[in-house]
Amino acid sequence: MLLDIYEPGETPLPHEGDRGIAVGIDLGTTNSVVAVARDGTVEVLRDTQGRALLPSVVAYGDDVAVGHDARAALLDRPESVVASIKRLMGRGAEDLKALAGVLPYEFGPPAEGGMARLAIGGRLLTPVEISADILRALAQRARTAIGRDIDRAVITVPAYFDDAARTATRDAARLAGLEVLRLVNEPTAAALAYGLDKGVEGLYAVYDLGGGTFDFSLLRLETGVFQVLATGGDAALGGDDIDHIVAERMLAERRMAGIGAPVDARLAKSALALARLAKECLSAQDDWAGTLDMDGAPSRHTLTRAAFEILIDPLVERSLRICRQVLADAGIAPAELAGCVLVGGSTRVPLVRHRLAAFLGRPPLSDIDPDEVVAVGAALQAEALTAGSDTLLLDVTPLSLGIETMGGIVEKIIDRNTPIPVARAQEFTTYEDGQSAMTIHVLQGEREMVDQCRSLARFVLDGIPPMVAGAARIRVSFAVDADGLLTVAAEERMTGKQARVEVRPSYGLNEDEMARMLRDSLDNAEDDMVVRLLAEAKVEARRTLNAVRAALAADGELLDDAERGTIEALAAAVEATLSGRDRAAVAAAAESLEAGTKIFAERRMDRGIRAALAGRSIDRLGI
Amino acid sequence: MNDTADISAAVTRAPGAPVACWSCAGPVAPEALFCATCRVVQPPRAIDHFARLGVPRGFAVDTRALEARYFALQRQLHPDRFATRGPREKAISQSQAVSLNDAYEALKAPLGRAAYLLALAGQGIDDERTIRDPDLLVEQMERRETLDEARDAAGVETCIGAAVADAMSIEAELAAAFGADDLVAARRATLRLRYLQKLIDEARARHARLLGEG
Repeated sequence: MLLDIYEPGETPLPHEGDRGIAVGIDLGTTNSVVAVARDGTVEVLRDTQGRALLPSVVAYGDDVAVGHDARAALLDRPESVVASIKRLMGRGAEDLKALAGVLPYEFGPPAEGGMARLAIGGRLLTPVEISADILRALAQRARTAIGRDIDRAVITVPAYFDDAARTATRDAARLAGLEVLRLVNEPTAAALAYGLDKGVEGLYAVYDLGGGTFDFSLLRLETGVFQVLATGGDAALGGDDIDHIVAERMLAERRMAGIGAPVDARLAKSALALARLAKECLSAQDDWAGTLDMDGAPSRHTLTRAAFEILIDPLVERSLRICRQVLADAGIAPAELAGCVLVGGSTRVPLVRHRLAAFLGRPPLSDIDPDEVVAVGAALQAEALTAGSDTLLLDVTPLSLGIETMGGIVEKIIDRNTPIPVARAQEFTTYEDGQSAMTIHVLQGEREMVDQCRSLARFVLDGIPPMVAGAARIRVSFAVDADGLLTVAAEERMTGKQARVEVRPSYGLNEDEMARMLRDSLDNAEDDMVVRLLAEAKVEARRTLNAVRAALAADGELLDDAERGTIEALAAAVEATLSGRDRAAVAAAAESLEAGTKIFAERRMDRGIRAALAGRSIDRLGI
Repeated sequence: MNDTADISAAVTRAPGAPVACWSCAGPVAPEALFCATCRVVQPPRAIDHFARLGVPRGFAVDTRALEARYFALQRQLHPDRFATRGPREKAISQSQAVSLNDAYEALKAPLGRAAYLLALAGQGIDDERTIRDPDLLVEQMERRETLDEARDAAGVETCIGAAVADAMSIEAELAAAFGADDLVAARRATLRLRYLQKLIDEARARHARLLGEG
C-alpha cells in the first residue's frame, strides 16, 4: 500500500530524560520506604544511619519532625505526635465517630466538606496534610541519596483502599510537591518485585498484612505479565489491631491492680508502644515481660507466646476468611497455587505464618524482606513508567461500584475484580411525571443496600425537560482509570443535557482547600499549578512539533519551498518557546503551527485517499 | 479543494479508507493503532471484539492465542506506556485499554463468547431475565434443591463438581450448535449455561463460607 511507503525511521520522540528519575514509595501505616530503580537494579534508600524504614510518625512542635525522632517523642509528648494516620485516609468525621475512644487521636472540628481533622500540638490537621509531611520527608531522603531533584513517584496503596482513600493519597502527594505517575496496589507491587527478582511463574497469592490494612491478591505471573485475577481485603485490619488487643489487656490488668489514673490518650499511646514491643519480642521468644510507667505509676506485665496467640487468633482467622473468599471468587483451590508471598511487617508473627501454611498446605515465601518488598516493586514500576519496559501490569477494581436506585438499593455498574481501566454505562429513567432533576448517588461496596455501602459522592443532573415518568433516558457512565480512580458522568440522552463530576468523596478536599493547603505548605508550592500546567503545555507542544516534523519527512514533497519555509519558521518558533517558562507563548506557538499546516494536512489526506481509492479499484479488478 | 471533498464523500463509507491522524492530520489506515507517520497512538475504532483482538469470529477460539494477543496489544496500548505523555495521548491510551479489556472479558470464557455471538446476530440474551423454557426451569429447581440440601463443605463440593461437568458438556453442545449455525440451539444452550454458571458462583461462595465456619 502506498500509505506504507514511508518508513517511520528516526522520528524523535518526546524526550523525558531531562525530567529526572522517579522513585517508588511505600506509604505505610507504621513505616514508609522509598526506593529507586536504575537499569532494573533497585536500591532501597536509607538514612544516614543506614535505616530503610521511616516510621510513619509525625511530631508537631516548633517544627515538624518525621520518623524515628517523632516516634521517640511519642512517649514524651504524645499530644503533639501522630502515628498510623493512613488508617484515617479518605475517612470523614462522620466515619470516625464510631471509632471515638478506640483510636488514640484527638479530633478537632472537621474541615469544610466534612473531612476529619486532628488536633495535634495546637494545630488542626487533616490526614492528607499529615501524610504529605511523611511524603516530604521521603522525597527529601531521596533527594539527598540521589543528589538530584525528585518530583515524580509511584506510590503504593492497599489493594482494598476505596476511591476516597486513593484520592486522599494522591492529594497528599500533590501537597508534598510530587506528581503521582501511578498509584499501584501494594500486593501487585510485591508480586512485581518477586516476579522480576526471583523469576517466579504461575498462580501466586500475596498475603499482605501491614500495620493497618490487610490485602490478599491472586495473580498470574508469566514472563513479563503480572495479571491480578482477584483481590480482597480489609482496610481496617493490621498489626495495629494486634497492638490494640495487647494494649487493652495491659490496661485492664492495670485497672484491676488499681494502679495510676484512668486511661487517657497519653496512657493509651504508651500502652500501644509497649504492646508493639511485646509483639515484636514474642515473634522471636516464648515469653515477654515489661513495665508500663505513667506519671510515676508503674505496672508490670507479662505475656507468653501461647497466651498472645490465643489473643490474636481471631484477627488471623478474619484474614483467612478473606483469603478463602478471594480464592472462591476466582474459582481456584489453594492446591493450584504455585506459592504465596508474604508482605508486611505483621507477617513476622509466627502464628500468621503457621495458620497460613496450614491453609495453603505449604510454607509461604518471604525471601525478600517483607518490609521492603512493596517499595522495591514500586521503584521497578516507576522506572518502567519513565524509562519504558516490556513488563505489563494488569490490575482489577477491589470493590464493586454502583448507584442508588429506588428503595435504597444499590445497582452495581462495575463489579469487583473487573480489570482496569474500565468504562461502563447504564441507563436509568425518571419515576415521576415532569421530573426535572435526578440525584446520582455513587456507592462502593458489595452489599445490596445503600446504607451498607460506602457513599462516594452525590451530584444532581438537573434541567431534564418535562416528560412523562419513564420517558427520560439518563445514561450514567462510570470510568475507572489505571490508578483505580473513578470518574462518573450523567447525561440525559433525549436532550444531551450533561453533568460530569470527577468523584471526589463527599468529605474530600475541594479545589479551594487544596489551593489553600498548597499555599500554606512550606515548599514553594504556590506555583505548583503553574509549573504543572507549563509542563503539560510543553508536552503537547512537543508532540505537535514532532508530528509536523514527521509529516515533513514523509510528505515534504507536497510543499513548495516557500510553503515549507513558512512551516519551518512556525516550528522554529515553537521550539524557541520550549526553553522558556511562558505557558501562553508555548500554547500560542503550537496553535499557530497547527493552523499553519492545515493546507499541508489536506494535501496529505487527499493523496492518502486517492491511494486507497486506487488500491481498492485494483482489488476490485482482481489484479 | 472541491474534488477532495467529492473523493472523501465517495470513500468515507468504504472500508480501508484512511482517516486523519488526530496529531499530524495526515492519512492513517483505519485499523492502525499508531500513525505510521508521526507514530502517535490512535483512538479505538468501532469494531467488534473479535476484530479488535485479531481472532476469527466464532465460538471455537484458541484461548491461549486470544490471551497472547490481548497481552501483546495491552503491552502497546496500556496507560502505563503513556505515563509521561501529554493528557490527550493518555486519554486515548486509556480508551484503547478499556476497549481491549471489554473485548477480552467478553470473549475469554465460553459463556461470554456465546452471549456475544448471539448479540452480534441480534439474538442477545440480556433481556431474558426469567426462565421461559420449562425443562430448564425444572432442571434449575432440582439443582438448587440439591445445593440447599448440602449440609457441609463436602456436599457443596459434590454439587460444584456435578455442575462443572454439566457446564463442560453444554460447552460442547454450544460448539456444535454454532458450528452448524443453529442459533436456536445455541441460544437455548447459552441460557442454560448462564444459569449453571450463576449456580456454580453461588456454590463456590457458600463453600468458602462453610470452610470459614468449620
